[in-house]
Amino acid sequence: MPEQLLWGMEAAINGLMAGVMYSLVALGFVLIFKASGIFNYAQGVMALFAALTLVGIQNGQVPFAHLINAMFGTEIHHFGWHVPALLAIILAAGVMVLFAIIVERYILKHLVNQEPIILFMATIGLAYFMEGFGDLMWGSDIKKLDVGLVQGINLTIDEVTYDWFGYGFYIDNLDISAAIIAAILVGVLVLFSQYTKQGRAMRAVADDHQAALSVGISLRFIWVLVWSIAGFVALVAGVMWGAKSGVQFSLSLIALKALPVLMLGGFTSIPGAIVGGLIIGMGEKLFEFTIGPMIGGATENWFAYMLALLFLVFRPQGLFGEKIIERV
Amino acid sequence: MSLDDTGYTTPDGRTIGGVVMEMKNITLKFGGVTAIKDISFDIREGEIRAIIGPNGAGKSSMLNVINGFYHPQEGEIWYKGARRQAMKPHEIAYQGIARTFQNIALFNGMTTLDNIMTGRLTHMKSGILAQAIWKGAAEREESANRQKVEEIIDFLEIQSIRKTPVGRLPYGLQKRVELARALAAEPSLLLLDEPMAGMNVEEKEDMSRFILDVNDEFGTTIALIEHDMGVVMDISDRVVVMDYGKKIGDGTPDEVRANQEVIDAYLGVAHD
Repeated sequence: MPEQLLWGMEAAINGLMAGVMYSLVALGFVLIFKASGIFNYAQGVMALFAALTLVGIQNGQVPFAHLINAMFGTEIHHFGWHVPALLAIILAAGVMVLFAIIVERYILKHLVNQEPIILFMATIGLAYFMEGFGDLMWGSDIKKLDVGLVQGINLTIDEVTYDWFGYGFYIDNLDISAAIIAAILVGVLVLFSQYTKQGRAMRAVADDHQAALSVGISLRFIWVLVWSIAGFVALVAGVMWGAKSGVQFSLSLIALKALPVLMLGGFTSIPGAIVGGLIIGMGEKLFEFTIGPMIGGATENWFAYMLALLFLVFRPQGLFGEKIIERV
Repeated sequence: MSLDDTGYTTPDGRTIGGVVMEMKNITLKFGGVTAIKDISFDIREGEIRAIIGPNGAGKSSMLNVINGFYHPQEGEIWYKGARRQAMKPHEIAYQGIARTFQNIALFNGMTTLDNIMTGRLTHMKSGILAQAIWKGAAEREESANRQKVEEIIDFLEIQSIRKTPVGRLPYGLQKRVELARALAAEPSLLLLDEPMAGMNVEEKEDMSRFILDVNDEFGTTIALIEHDMGVVMDISDRVVVMDYGKKIGDGTPDEVRANQEVIDAYLGVAHD
């Protein structure tokens, strides 16, 4: 097999793996959008905050250490213990549930029946608040996140592909774990929304608030539930991205990468978020590999947005989104 | 017709029971506007009770008070022999009160079947964890509820649209699905907000028949708001007439028809 083709295949597979990471972020958006019609601008910051919290708990960091030290002249930074990864993840998930309750209690509850744009603005405010709050709580230095996921080249794949093609593919173990975890997560979410009473209630709330109330659904409970799930998805995305590139404040910008994924897949479709992420991940890498050298490279920065723009022109509802029909 | 605590018998021979719901001196204000002014009436078991009145008379507000969407500033609501405390609308559903809406409020993204299944929520016990762990029990519960839903689907003759997303259905059928969803809750009191608004004659006849059948077959107590006077007089046992937030008449269709105040306010003066 010609070398060029093999390299292309390797780029495509790596692209798919990167796409899974995009899908993870996009998934958080879709969940909240489907269930409450809110485009949650804060999803990226939620991922950052979840990752910060996880690292903080794991390392036994004292929350608000800077603030406490500045106020009382103390010098505390760490509790001096280390929490095992699994326990830390459970605790961080608990913090995200708490966060969901606070968001419902202090923001959403007061904005019932408001226009989507108002709710969108509220999430922008929330994003900035959380970014500052995360900084204040856990400090702004770049942190290393280690939850025991293996990193580096997967030797089995390297050897197998070397035996077959005479060229070993470089696939990162972390990417493989991410793909598996994402698959499990999506499976559980789909089962939940299709086959449980809360899942059905969630879809009902997304469609009509009044009708949902009239059949006995508590809007507040469903909102807490949805934001908890979105918080959990943010945690998973935060862990994966944090393990890959360290927990730093630029993590919140992954939300921007999720936008083209959503435009491609449709804002209301869970499969859309997955497929959209995969297409963008793979398209990005292949485009860089084939066209990149001709036009001076660095195409990965804009390829996704260009693709999204094309979709906006020709298929505004995305690949899997609901077609917008306005009755006149 | 004689009214006492044991009920009465209708002209067509149905026996109406005791009081299910009693509104006592209800007053509802929105800022400076008084939507309902000191209204009292009762709804009896097995009865079809209509609330009529010109536009803006406060009929829908009254339904929303019963339903818990609005909380009256004054007055008492007695339900099944006990005074009802202020409740949230979703808690009211668990009390056995179901309703439909004037402007259809369905879950457009879902199929007819799923829409009606949401009506069963108040009858589903297992929580999230239970559904994950004891899958068997949750499945049994689901299939029992499903059976009830299928009965209602048969009853309202909407078998052919079971799997259709309701957003695609014509208006008349959407109204029927909404009725089915309310029925699925097996309510002790069913509230219908203009069940025939915007329908053609044939659809109105169908809907009237279904309302009468529901009342007859399941013994459901029904309170409804309707504009079409012919329909109201045909199907209801007793009628409350409202005008500008006040009650101006209450009684059987014949009594209401003969009430001069009602004629002036709503029916207009008769021309022969």
